[in-house]
Amino acid sequence: MLLVRNGRVIDPATQTDAPRDVLLDGDKIVEVAQPGKIAPDQSTEIFDATGLIVAPGFIDLHAHLREPGQESSESIETGTRAAARGGFTAVCCMPNTKPVNDNASVTRFILDRAKATASVRVWPIGAASVGSKGEAIAEIAAMKQAGIVAVSDDGKPIATAKLTRQVMDYCRSLDLCVIEHSEDVSLAAGAVMREGVTSTRLGLPGMPAAAESVCVARDVQLAELTGARLHVAHLSAKASLEQVRWAKQRGLRVTCEVTPHHFTLIDEDVQYDSRYKMNPPLAAREDRKALLEGLADGTVDAIATDHAPHEPALKDVEFDRAPFGILGFETALALSLEQLVHTGRLTLMRMIELFTSGPARVLGIERKIAAGQPADLTIFSTTHEWTYDVKQSPSKSRNSPFDARTFKGGQVATIVAGRFAHKV
Amino acid sequence: MTFRFRDLLALEPLSADELTFLLDQSRSFQGIQRNPLKKLATLRGKTVALAFFENSTRTRISFGTAAARLGADTMNLQAESSSLKKGESLLDTVHTLDAMKPDCLVMRHASSGSADFVARHLDIPVINAGDGTHEHPSQGLLDALTIRDRKGSLANLNVTILGDISHSRVARSNIHLLAKFGCRFTLCGPAMWVPRELENIGPPGASIRRVFRIEEALEDADVVLVLRVQTERLHEPALSAADYILLYQLSAERLRLAKPDAIILHPGPMNRGVEITPEVADSPQSCVLEQVTNGIAVRMALLYLLLVGGSEESGQEAHPATEAPQPLSRRATDKKENSSAPADKDPSHASR
Repeated sequence: MLLVRNGRVIDPATQTDAPRDVLLDGDKIVEVAQPGKIAPDQSTEIFDATGLIVAPGFIDLHAHLREPGQESSESIETGTRAAARGGFTAVCCMPNTKPVNDNASVTRFILDRAKATASVRVWPIGAASVGSKGEAIAEIAAMKQAGIVAVSDDGKPIATAKLTRQVMDYCRSLDLCVIEHSEDVSLAAGAVMREGVTSTRLGLPGMPAAAESVCVARDVQLAELTGARLHVAHLSAKASLEQVRWAKQRGLRVTCEVTPHHFTLIDEDVQYDSRYKMNPPLAAREDRKALLEGLADGTVDAIATDHAPHEPALKDVEFDRAPFGILGFETALALSLEQLVHTGRLTLMRMIELFTSGPARVLGIERKIAAGQPADLTIFSTTHEWTYDVKQSPSKSRNSPFDARTFKGGQVATIVAGRFAHKV
Repeated sequence: MTFRFRDLLALEPLSADELTFLLDQSRSFQGIQRNPLKKLATLRGKTVALAFFENSTRTRISFGTAAARLGADTMNLQAESSSLKKGESLLDTVHTLDAMKPDCLVMRHASSGSADFVARHLDIPVINAGDGTHEHPSQGLLDALTIRDRKGSLANLNVTILGDISHSRVARSNIHLLAKFGCRFTLCGPAMWVPRELENIGPPGASIRRVFRIEEALEDADVVLVLRVQTERLHEPALSAADYILLYQLSAERLRLAKPDAIILHPGPMNRGVEITPEVADSPQSCVLEQVTNGIAVRMALLYLLLVGGSEESGQEAHPATEAPQPLSRRATDKKENSSAPADKDPSHASR
């Protein structure tokens, strides 16, 4: 038994914001009560959460753990250790591994490796098409049986409108969410950052915001056609957000996520440093402003990291030759506090929703602090100052633009299935 | 004044004063180009590494000649012979070069920002000889030197740039330099090659406008910079040569719309009959060959400043080593030379 005592429990699912003690037994929450009401017995471990926030376990809808196939950049073990440090209790891993997670045996391999090595829950996302090549539908039902939580051809969009429509039809019947990496690949071809004054000044090929938003527009219409659940991954452009807003107003089952780097940085921050290179690329000033509004007004459903490790040898090259992607687990909460809460843009309740009940809704599950629920808790401080030192990261990669940034508030303890996955 | 930068990666961060200093320094090397004996010993014992990861003839020869005329040795790395073809990373390649202990690296590379990237990893000065579609600072300087020689000053000129400006590092370096002297830019070419964002890449307050009709773009021009339209490598997007010639070729007839004393610059190599007619290319208004000569002076100045920094000590070290029967002090040389402006400064425009 583990008693988390005297913390301020904030749970968007139950709209709780009050001092509570939470008692965990094994992998379940057994009791939530007023402080002091639960009498611990001799064997109960006690965690004093005085002055700390106790939230439902954070879910990251979007990460790359690189296993199988690219273990020089990350593994399920190292990636989930980094996730635990960032407060995540569950991580959805994208299928663009080598081989691609497009069949049940790869799904089972990932889950077996997770069982053996992971610090947090690993929820695989299966490929929508075979090899994510956009030609034939993958064995989605078999993967669902093996344990996938959604499908995506992430890294790229589902190749054609026709196949997207078919995948949506199929996934509707299987009650699975289709996660789309929205990008018109012809508009984005050759681009290494967002098109704008900065890309023009730097002489770097840029992709327009429309490279994302035309694909979102297409998919939203297909979601209406099929009635499927569509989730727009790493949404970065104002025009895309407007499409999602329109879809929601129409009552479509369309959701979206935003990454901390997109609501923190903009294209003007790019200075030939490949740690600032990711896809979708850092967007314009007005896009960031729109994302912040969308995070506040409920248009955005989740904050997701798009944790995308690349070993230094791959990233330490000419900007245009470097692969897309940056680390995300360990700075997501701290950046959210910095950009969203400390600035007064969002309440703590809303920020926590974006990490917990928001992503849970996307996956069609529940996430709350209540008896009978999984014993996953994210416990953090909003005040203590710390400096991110990427060299200390359990990740195998170092590609973070937030190295050496000082934060106010961050992760203190991560409890997964009743056990500490991380504790300061 | 001394040059405050260790490297020369771009003209964008340089102030008008710093640019003037570089141009004045370059000017002091112009005279040497006309001496019967052209070799100084200023950089004797120094080694300049020339790493050209992208094919280049004129810029590589120009830097190599500049180094030779200062008495430096050069080591050459060219894309064709480089181990990059064998999969070596840029960083490993330049670290290998660096281990041979050159005193300076001159590099050209197809990736924008590559010189910046390399400079962050090396202790020796890095000179950007063209990085992708970003900047070509020595070209910007030699263009400005040429304009200043012809026009007497860089102040408040109307500069028209013709061609694929979006993909031109030469255009960017020119804009970053000349805008700081109050030059007004008219960018002209097919709309896809002249994106709106270019209007805002200059320093605050810079006057940069886009015009899609060449006739309008040439009106009142003091300087016309014609960019190379690459027929062998496709621009993005490609345009038919016939269309380009029809709409944007600089012909004598069109040139008449510019000021009578307008000058023509071209970074070379020219595609005669595509972006420029032979008649214009060979006219007295054309400065193409002066640009080439000035290129060596500019590059000598850059190597000199970055390798010995103009410090007295280094200058003195160089003197005893001098073999050539020229004035030992470079400064003595410029005093004598800098008044001999090009003969064709006279804007008489006989051809008209």
